Amino acid sequence: MTGHNHFRLGLVLLMAPLLIWLLSLIFIPHIDMLFLSLSEKVAPRVYETGLSNYAAFFNEPLYWNTFARTAVMSILATFLTLLIGFPVSYYIAKMVRGRVRAFLFIMCMIPFWVSELVRTFGWMILLRETGVISSFLVFTGLSEGPVELLYNDVTIMVGLVYTSMLFMVVPLVTTLDSLDDSLVEAGYDLGGNGLRVLRKVIIPHAMPGIVSGCIVVFMLSLGNYLTPVLLGGKDSMWFTEQIYTQFITRFNWEQGAAFGFLLLILSSLIVWGGLKITRQTLSNTMG
Amino acid sequence: MIPTIPQSRAFKSIYAGYITLFFIYLAAPLVVVSVFAFNDSLFPSLPWNGFTLDWFFGDTAPRKGLFHEEPILESIGVSVFVALMVTTLSVFVGTCNAFLFERENFPFKNVLYILMLLPLVIPGIILGISILVFSNTIANAVENLIGWDWEILRPGLFLVVLGQFSFITTIATLVISARLRKFDLTLEEAAMNLGASKWHAVRTITLPYLRPAMIGAGLIAFLMSFENFNTTLMLVGSDAPLTITMFDRLREGSTPVLNAVSLFLMIVSGMLALVNVMMQREKQ
Amino acid sequence: MSDTTRDPAIDLECRELTKYFGNFCAVDNISFSIPAGSFFSILGPSGCGKTTLLRMLAGFQEPTSGELSIKGRSMLGVPPNKRPVNMVFQHLALFPMMTVGENIAYGLECQGVDKALILQKVQSVLERVGLPDAINKKPDQLSGGQKQRIAIARCLVLEPDVLLLDEPLGALDLKLREHMKVELKQLQNQFNTTFIYITHDQSEALVMSDQVAVMNNGKFEQVGTPQELYYSPQTDFVAAFVGENNRWRASVRGAEGAVLELELPNGMTFKGTAARKEAFGAGDLVDVFVRPEAIMLSKTQVDTATFDNVLEGQVDCLLFDGANSRVLVKESNGNHEVNVTLPQTGEFNDLQEGQTIYLGWQQAQAKCFPARDFSVEE
Repeated sequence: MTGHNHFRLGLVLLMAPLLIWLLSLIFIPHIDMLFLSLSEKVAPRVYETGLSNYAAFFNEPLYWNTFARTAVMSILATFLTLLIGFPVSYYIAKMVRGRVRAFLFIMCMIPFWVSELVRTFGWMILLRETGVISSFLVFTGLSEGPVELLYNDVTIMVGLVYTSMLFMVVPLVTTLDSLDDSLVEAGYDLGGNGLRVLRKVIIPHAMPGIVSGCIVVFMLSLGNYLTPVLLGGKDSMWFTEQIYTQFITRFNWEQGAAFGFLLLILSSLIVWGGLKITRQTLSNTMG
Repeated sequence: MIPTIPQSRAFKSIYAGYITLFFIYLAAPLVVVSVFAFNDSLFPSLPWNGFTLDWFFGDTAPRKGLFHEEPILESIGVSVFVALMVTTLSVFVGTCNAFLFERENFPFKNVLYILMLLPLVIPGIILGISILVFSNTIANAVENLIGWDWEILRPGLFLVVLGQFSFITTIATLVISARLRKFDLTLEEAAMNLGASKWHAVRTITLPYLRPAMIGAGLIAFLMSFENFNTTLMLVGSDAPLTITMFDRLREGSTPVLNAVSLFLMIVSGMLALVNVMMQREKQ
Repeated sequence: MSDTTRDPAIDLECRELTKYFGNFCAVDNISFSIPAGSFFSILGPSGCGKTTLLRMLAGFQEPTSGELSIKGRSMLGVPPNKRPVNMVFQHLALFPMMTVGENIAYGLECQGVDKALILQKVQSVLERVGLPDAINKKPDQLSGGQKQRIAIARCLVLEPDVLLLDEPLGALDLKLREHMKVELKQLQNQFNTTFIYITHDQSEALVMSDQVAVMNNGKFEQVGTPQELYYSPQTDFVAAFVGENNRWRASVRGAEGAVLELELPNGMTFKGTAARKEAFGAGDLVDVFVRPEAIMLSKTQVDTATFDNVLEGQVDCLLFDGANSRVLVKESNGNHEVNVTLPQTGEFNDLQEGQTIYLGWQQAQAKCFPARDFSVEE
């Protein structure tokens, strides 16, 4: 009996930090935010429950346009990151061995040990009107005068893909690494060409890595603030900017909370959908 | 498409060329940031006006270098303080969680595990605002009920620490769990067989075994905290960590002192990463 | 292409095939040909180059020099997916994300076979390997032996000219391995496809093969039927590697044709036979190989009288292992030890350590090679 009680006490002690953390920093704050988003200011210091904050979102084209644009751009960024990162991951996992491999992998990680702010700053120096690439174009005569390469969608995309790359490459390298070479050889030996082996053997095997990479990249893009603001400028129209504006500039927390919830719902839906389509679970994707 | 499958020369060179381009893409922003830290010009851009160390050591405006720029030095101090707090907290809670999920069995364990993973899939800015909203609710309630103004619950470093802790703990838990999972339980049983109590066995056998993972998780936590922007942005008060200070400067228009700070950051995080890699190697 | 006329019944031919990895010669100037429909094994210790040789046949390694042709068509520069050979990999390499049916259909799809025909062929081959109901299972739902059969079916459904097998039985436990040996041989008979089988396990090679090549240090030591390898090894390596053998260093006292008068360091003398057509003279050092099962064991001296060589000794140690039981016998005057198979006729069931026992063997069973130091590791 005492042993049993002792065990339970240990369990409670172990579980306490987890519960305090999850309840007080994740669970309750989100519930509170939900309540806040459902309250409307009817007069100074007088609030009522209602959906007007959500109604405002659907009635104001600027809001839902920004929302849709953020979603579409994030999906595009995820797709591009996968497209660019897959060959690189495959190269690192399967084409090179030993020291070269370790070196290339570390090279992939290095940029991400540096703050996102520094990386974005680097892109600004490269792309702005007085920047390196613009000067280079003028110097080589490819352009008559300085070119502003910042503040457009392509630049945002370059920055998003850059920022997310690591989170695609690491899971991909890990899953591709676990692909037995003899499966690829068997694919060829039975008569398949490169494309068929890629489609039938390599990609199905890499699916867990692809899914977890895509989920993380999508989420990071959706929630990104720095890259759209700094590289996209005033017209970047990213939804996180709206949230920031409502909270900090306009001090309309009720509206901001509603926006936050909408973003959370979108992000959760896509994560959930991605997991469902590929029959993965959150535990084995993240853990 | 592995080395043992014969491929045409053209395919191989295109593939190698692609990989080269990719790494140029990765390196380019970091290289320009570093190089322009040494440009003898008031703006981090071309033309190249010659080499200078003013942006590190200069002591008079407008060429005030990093080491004489009080606001930046202060915000580095703030960042270090926040990162140390977050690291300590998240490694402690992460270790508890690792033992909880790897060693114990209890009802709804899977549900709790998924809840534990959730902070990773919640955008950082939303973590920030939800904590901002909740702490404000408590602060207002306290003020209304007993009339105290709990300054600590208003935007500021305490909230920044909590906000970063809320998702960095998940990462710490995953890193430490991964190593605990590989631990051979018979070692602990052997210790108890030799007369150690359960707690003594954990303290003398299991925790030393976990130390590399705990240090690794700590380094990652420190780096992530130091570099965090999104969550911090929503919770920051008057004392700004480095990323916030740099962001404000960037919007105002930058001088190469930001390049100097960036280079300094790269060197520090590079060293931390190196320590981490060496730890990993030792572990194997 | 060379203009030599080829035997149409030859499925695979290698001439002076050589493969270097840097300075290391993995396959050293090997030539051989394999008749259609035969079971050909390459037997050798690990690191002897047999895997490299097999991978050159499959197309995963290009030979440094030499010629390799299948059904008279040169395979040099032909990629693996265009060769009329298929391979059963060491760990089978069944695609884990596909069902058994999809695994078998994979190669047919690559050939662009019609969908209905694919299904028909898949079902027919599954019946032939005795797993008609496995079509919708995943590979990890199958037992080790069933996986084996699927891996072979996946290749045979393509009707390759040659099937390559890379030690596929290595991962199985002992009982199943014994069973699969018989089954593989039956499958080969049934499909009448040429099998090239590499292994380090001599029993697999001897049981299944029509021809066995013993490989060592990148070279073929001897190619022959299992009986030839066992009864008349042509090199000391083959004698040591194939089957069990007593191996003694002795010096020649006199020679009479192929029959040699031998003396062991402890002074014991006996007769042996030169294994090849070499001539030995008095004073030459030789290695003598005598199989434990070629030595007659007797409790009384009379029985050994009809043998060329007889020996009296004491039982030093009994190594009981059922049908594979051995006796270590120590010669009475001297320390020479002989390893002898214990006949399971019932007569020796009460044998005791220390008991006096008589041994006898014919001179033809003591095969002599020039003395050479080497070791055999599997």
